[in-house]
Amino acid sequence: MIQGIGVTDFFIISTLMFFIGVYGFITRKNLITILIAIELILNAVAINFVIINKYLYPEGLHGQIFSIFIIAVAAAEVAIAIAIVIDFYRTNKSVNVDESEMMKY
Amino acid sequence: MDWSYTIWIPLLPLIGFLIIGFVGRKLPYPIPGLIGITGIFGALVLSYITAYKYFFVVNADMTFEPIKAVETLWMTFSDKLHFNMGVLLDPISVMMLVVVTTVSFLVHLYSLGYMKGDPGFGRFFTFLSLFTFSMLGLVIATNLFQIYFFWELVGVSSYLLIGFYYEKPSAILASKKAFIVTRFADFFFLIGILVISYYTETFDFLTLNGMSESALASAGSTSFMGMSVLALGLTLAFVGGAGKSAMFPLHIWLPDAMEGPTPVSALIHAATMVVAGVFLVARLFPMYYHVDGGIVLSIIAFVGASSSLIAAIIATTQMDIKRVLAFSTMSQIGYMMLSLGVSGYDGHHGLGYTASMFHLFTHAFFKSLLFLAAGSIIHAVHSNYMTKMGGLRKHLPITHITFLLASLAISGIYPFAGFFSKDAILDAAHMHSPIYFWIGWFVAGLTAFYMFRLYFRIFWYEDREYHHTPHESPLTMTVPLMILALLSVVSGFIFFYILPFGTYITPTGEEFHMHIDWTLAGLSLAIAVVGIFIAWFMYFKKNNKAEKVANSFGMLYKWAYNKFYIDEIYMFVTKKIMFGVVSAGWMWFDTKIVDGSMNLIGNTTVKTSYAIKKLQSGKMQDYVLAVVVGAVALGAIFIYIWTR
Amino acid sequence: MGAQIMFYILATVIVVFSFLAVTSRKVMRATVYLLFVLLATAGLYFIIDYNFMAGIQLIVYAGGIVALIVFAVMLTEKIGDKIESPSNMQMILAGLISIAGAGVTISVLLGHDFKQSTQNIGQNVATIGENLLNYGKDGYVLPFEVVSILLLASMIAAIVVAKRKFEN
Repeated sequence: MIQGIGVTDFFIISTLMFFIGVYGFITRKNLITILIAIELILNAVAINFVIINKYLYPEGLHGQIFSIFIIAVAAAEVAIAIAIVIDFYRTNKSVNVDESEMMKY
Repeated sequence: MDWSYTIWIPLLPLIGFLIIGFVGRKLPYPIPGLIGITGIFGALVLSYITAYKYFFVVNADMTFEPIKAVETLWMTFSDKLHFNMGVLLDPISVMMLVVVTTVSFLVHLYSLGYMKGDPGFGRFFTFLSLFTFSMLGLVIATNLFQIYFFWELVGVSSYLLIGFYYEKPSAILASKKAFIVTRFADFFFLIGILVISYYTETFDFLTLNGMSESALASAGSTSFMGMSVLALGLTLAFVGGAGKSAMFPLHIWLPDAMEGPTPVSALIHAATMVVAGVFLVARLFPMYYHVDGGIVLSIIAFVGASSSLIAAIIATTQMDIKRVLAFSTMSQIGYMMLSLGVSGYDGHHGLGYTASMFHLFTHAFFKSLLFLAAGSIIHAVHSNYMTKMGGLRKHLPITHITFLLASLAISGIYPFAGFFSKDAILDAAHMHSPIYFWIGWFVAGLTAFYMFRLYFRIFWYEDREYHHTPHESPLTMTVPLMILALLSVVSGFIFFYILPFGTYITPTGEEFHMHIDWTLAGLSLAIAVVGIFIAWFMYFKKNNKAEKVANSFGMLYKWAYNKFYIDEIYMFVTKKIMFGVVSAGWMWFDTKIVDGSMNLIGNTTVKTSYAIKKLQSGKMQDYVLAVVVGAVALGAIFIYIWTR
Repeated sequence: MGAQIMFYILATVIVVFSFLAVTSRKVMRATVYLLFVLLATAGLYFIIDYNFMAGIQLIVYAGGIVALIVFAVMLTEKIGDKIESPSNMQMILAGLISIAGAGVTISVLLGHDFKQSTQNIGQNVATIGENLLNYGKDGYVLPFEVVSILLLASMIAAIVVAKRKFEN
């Protein structure tokens, strides 16, 4: 427990982080920076789980365990995403997301 | 006595069918054939044992009670509606078992030679076994539902076999025609079955036939269009039978069905399947006789007599030998129907029924013999047209003799098989009405004429040069011919004098004595001889008498040659009237309203898609933007509503 | 008091570097900013006494994932490359919607009275481990196994996808 800091403060931090991530996801053109934005979003969610566990339901461990799963899934996701980015780069000589439109045809 | 083994009679061909169909089709010649023959031979032996036990052991006291050998509940829908499958043994079903297995066995044997070298050899035997199974299941049916079930199965196997040479467009058309026409008739049969079983509350033949006249009258007390509903149901059932048995005016499929391989014509379209209609009427005969005082029987008699006459006239003009035989079949089945139609019930009045079954029995042998002999001829000459034949007696001695014997049998010359059965029919017709007798008598003359026209034209007429010298068929083909020839010669004699049909197969089961009315017999013999003589006069030596005669008949000849334009009438009715006039309104509705609305929907969709296509940019970030906008908006709205 | 100050520092670091991470025109810098964010998050976990979570955050996120991204950046970018800046229209739209979303969420958070627990229970790594491998009540062995299979599958998939050869 931190004196003078309530659960709401943590939530506001994670909310800001989340929407900054969303902003980045929408505006970025480079696939890797999009990936970074996704990491921000995931991290914001993980923080939420941990904080809820700590401040609202401290007797259990569900929040932390969910957080661990999120981190694990994020790791898997990044591994595949990086592989795809590298593959994409070899095909297009670029990691610009606008080039990925060709999947449409 | 335990009869449960009879279930194997249809099952053995079924097993054969499954084995050849699943594993045997690609096996080398002649293994598929041998499998099929093994199956049918087992059924043949069992049938003969059954016949012996039924006629001479169990019913030695001449009562011939029907026996339900096997019966199982097959499907239950409700307390009242349930379907059984089983084996019913009574004089006609046992007789049919013998006929079907005998002819089928011989045809299988014959096909072994006839179909040699055909790429579809395995497929042919598959279908043949399927057909045999279905036909056996049909004749032992214990109830209307079972007979309908197998009725459709023989229909489909007939379809498959007519269309056997599926590379030939004409064969495909013929198979479709046969299927559609018989299916159309079967539709009436189905309605008939439903009507009958609805009012009598049973499918079972024994129950149906056992109902007394008053019970039938009360069951069918509702009347419809001047007939009781039961009479109507029976008429509808007869329409189904007429379709299968190629009765006028549903006969149009039979001549075209000759596109199938010749053994098929012999088995299905001469000896077994086409008599299913006769069998159906005979099966329900007590009911037909008792409902409304036999009004349906008079319809049957009329249809039988007219079919018989029309077919015989057409047969005299056809050039394709298989078509002549097809029309001859139709004519002979007309005889059987006529005979059933004029039959009484008790004692000697039941002669028509007995005669019909007797003719069915003998006809199966000599007509399948004729077809198999024709197959042998076609095999040798490679043509169906009699104009390409002549003088074949030197090249095909065995075929020649057997064909002659069969022709004599079908013409009703004493003492060949056809004489006794045909005489019995004419006798029965005479008891009922002289008009039917004279029609039958005239048809007998026509029969003798067209059969010997065929015989002289093929085997005498002229000695012509053939591209390939025709030679006699192999033993597998000639042996069945000889066996059938023997049966055609003796079967009438034996079953008239030694084991008279009147003793064994009667409507009531009581025996009566059959005898020959020599006045009538003399008349029919006389006209048969006249017919043969005219045929000899016109076709023994090469000449142009036939053309002269044809010309002198003028229009009539042309009409008959074109089968009285019945096909054309059907085409006119279906194409011009039904498609052209009746359905024109529907067509307008269909194309303008139904299709129009569909097209409208389609076109609108296409146009809208083009309009909104730009939204689908493929840019993932646009989508995410939309998702986030939507999520935030929804969140805001919900929060606004909840916290208000 | 010290913890409170620490919290504000971390909060500032998180918000500022998050923003920089999504606006920097250089990818490598963006990656480093992300690393700072993740480290600060680990710091948050530390000050609420969840040391195990903080450890995981450091090892997997800051250590593993960021390293992967750095590799990807080095494989695809040349030194000095700058990302093209997004169109103004897109920036304004995205900014507006993000601010709107954050505003809605924060207003709800502020309006809600959370029933904060007064207990101060620290964590026990052994309990987490038991829970993860337990199949009874509070047991997570099934998702645990699912995640392990997911990791294996993604590992194979990553190899397969990245290994593809091109005939040029």
